[in-house]
Amino acid sequence: MTAPLPWRRERRAHFPGLPAWSVRAAMAKDESFEVSAFPEIDARWAWEGADGGGVRVCVVDSGIDGSHALVAPVAQSWQVVADDRGWPRIEPCEPRDLAGHGTACAGIIRAIAPEAEVSSMRVLTDGKSGTGAALIAGLEYAIEHGFDIINMSLSTTRPELRLRLSELADRAYFRRCVLVVSAHNLPVESYPWNFSSVISVASHDQDDPLTYFYNPAPPVDFHARGARVLVARPGGGVVRSTGNSFAAPHITGIGALTLSKHPWLTPFQLKSVLYHCAANFGRVP
Amino acid sequence: MSHELLGGVTERRLLQSIVEVARHVYAAAASSVFMVNPETGELIFAAVAGAGEQSLVGQRFPAGTGIAGWVVASCQPVIADDVAETDQFASDAAKSTGYMPSNVMAAPLIADNECTGVLEVLDRYTAGSAGPGRELDDMELLGLLATQAALGLTLLRSRERSQVPAAGMDALLSRWSNRMSTATVDPLALTLLAASVDLLDRRPYGD
Repeated sequence: MTAPLPWRRERRAHFPGLPAWSVRAAMAKDESFEVSAFPEIDARWAWEGADGGGVRVCVVDSGIDGSHALVAPVAQSWQVVADDRGWPRIEPCEPRDLAGHGTACAGIIRAIAPEAEVSSMRVLTDGKSGTGAALIAGLEYAIEHGFDIINMSLSTTRPELRLRLSELADRAYFRRCVLVVSAHNLPVESYPWNFSSVISVASHDQDDPLTYFYNPAPPVDFHARGARVLVARPGGGVVRSTGNSFAAPHITGIGALTLSKHPWLTPFQLKSVLYHCAANFGRVP
Repeated sequence: MSHELLGGVTERRLLQSIVEVARHVYAAAASSVFMVNPETGELIFAAVAGAGEQSLVGQRFPAGTGIAGWVVASCQPVIADDVAETDQFASDAAKSTGYMPSNVMAAPLIADNECTGVLEVLDRYTAGSAGPGRELDDMELLGLLATQAALGLTLLRSRERSQVPAAGMDALLSRWSNRMSTATVDPLALTLLAASVDLLDRRPYGD
């Protein structure tokens, strides 16, 4: 009996729910799968000579430190605040970042796509775990404001948010707004990274920022650089960091390069182009 | 944050066990746990093993600061290596434990679908080979430890909650008998009381 195709394979048994998704690059490279290729689509076609110019990216996170040399400039910056009745309201704010998480993501995007326009939506309002209402409101605002790519290096484990996030992910997809989301690196159910309408990213352990692997065994779409990444840290300078949070902005940056060269790609086309340009695509076993 | 329970198992003892295990498996200089105050988001330094100051347990830190702030914000594990003395992550760790690390690894404790705390490991592999190249394995293992720790916390808290109605039953009966002797009973209150009694009947005692 032949082994099942990767996308029809049983999920690895893993208590209490899902496995952590990051893999060593060697494992990703060794996974072989048949493809039907568009032979003219490769990395040279997709992004060679591109700089991200003309592409609008929003980082939905803890804010962005607009004064950091590896990140500036931040085009627009908003935050979610609670109004008198406790309802979330979006307002412009200074580009700042108490936690530093969003700054780290923005720096990765800037390094790969230096001319991309990077904006910030701070949904982690007071530094504590973002409220569901703030996350939903901030994401909806970003989707409605015409960003080409939204980077979300965060997820929620709250099942009551699943339906609303699913609706927003679909709305983004139809509005040609690509959601790039980091896969959860813990064995827990969380959202929205595992929706088919987003691009989900886990980590590999190689050092090249443009090397990424397609994952033929869903729900993770790609493995991108996420280990030992030098990221912009709060207050200036860099810190060497590891985590899926830093893998997603690599794909956001590569996506921005591709869209700057091919601005009329739809989200499903962009995902397909990224598939064709993955390091393990079409590898002869 | 410490809750006495049957058998003397307390949250503090559970957390201490968690940090002892985490420090041991990584041959680390120290391991610590922060708990998140659900109202304010403040991080409360709850346990430490290895290098560090037990006397600092209970200390509070503003929400969102340091690497623990990253972890709570993103609900994701993270490693920060080569942190310098001037780095916010290192100095925050030093303020909490009294120990200045050169690398920090942290994972969320997710209980009842919320990030309720952060498990940190400071300077792993001090006794053996260094970690470069095995970060993803280190992180996956820390995630497993954090998941197990969070399950323990969830169990402990659900046991704690199950003790509350029994402890309050005498007081409730006393209030009820006082009210019966002094005032008429609101029909809505009576309906709610009947529903409560039904619920109590449905639930096996001691479950």
